[in-house]
Amino acid sequence: MVDEGLKIELGKQGVFVTTIEELYNWGRRSSVWPMNFGLACCAIEMIATTMARYDLARFGAEVFRPSPRQADLMIISGTVTKKMAPQVVRLYNQMAEPRYAIAMGACAISGGPFKQGYNVLKGIDRYIPIDVHIPGCPPRPEALLQAFMTLQKKIDAQPLTGADRPRFLDAEAQGEFPVPAPGEHDLEPTSNKGVWPIPVVIR
Amino acid sequence: MASNTYFSLVVLFIGALGFGLAPLALAWLWAHAFSPAKPNALKNAIYECGLVSKGDAWVQFRSAYYLYAIIFLIFDVEAVFLLPFAVAFTGLGAAACAAMLVFVLMLIEGLAWAWAKGVLTWA
Repeated sequence: MVDEGLKIELGKQGVFVTTIEELYNWGRRSSVWPMNFGLACCAIEMIATTMARYDLARFGAEVFRPSPRQADLMIISGTVTKKMAPQVVRLYNQMAEPRYAIAMGACAISGGPFKQGYNVLKGIDRYIPIDVHIPGCPPRPEALLQAFMTLQKKIDAQPLTGADRPRFLDAEAQGEFPVPAPGEHDLEPTSNKGVWPIPVVIR
Repeated sequence: MASNTYFSLVVLFIGALGFGLAPLALAWLWAHAFSPAKPNALKNAIYECGLVSKGDAWVQFRSAYYLYAIIFLIFDVEAVFLLPFAVAFTGLGAAACAAMLVFVLMLIEGLAWAWAKGVLTWA
């Protein structure tokens, strides 16, 4: 990286210095296109965020793409039922890398107020890796905007090389997240290994 | 060559082409040289809103749409070709008129077909 003081000094002389990593990440974070995906009440708040008052397009989410191949971000907004969970995971798998996921609302994070329901999946991060969680029931549009900005900061900080480079630049990193199948009483498997650490209950 | 009247247009044309092709070339170079390809069965599966797709996505094109193609040819493409003909009409000879007549008659045949099929009535 270039020293900050040197950058400012050069800037005063009219010379602009940057790195490929900065440019690449700036281009990526300024044009994160979400996918047309909404499940329940949080989707209404997401729609409100895209409309005139809280415009999400000014942050780069210009269009919501219907196809997962053309989308960068999946905003999982709403309760994920066990019937819908395989479809969510399949859609996430069909997204082209680099891809990001935001779990919006209490239901997507952990099942939310309907956690005791027999058909409610207790959090979508059991199956797919989530980058930003937004608490709320439903979170206000401003909260979704802040989550979007948090995601942008996260994208900005991703290095291109090295051990902690993101999944899409690492050929050995997991690219396929197994889709759960509906079993007799529950989904099989109940969570994806490597994505969700099964909590150890010490009684 | 620089004194040619169209030189600046050629330069601008090359610039416009480059403006469109350069990001594509950079993206291809990036994908080829740096970003690892990570295809897998789930990622390449046919998209059907998250459901498992039955069979191939290459369904047969419905030939019943040919009527729309004919109507488009008549009302759009023919109009486009008639406009420069109309502008240059007074400077053209009889041969040009005959050639244009052949063209117009072919499309009138298509119009007659569509009319007889009843697609031009609203109800």
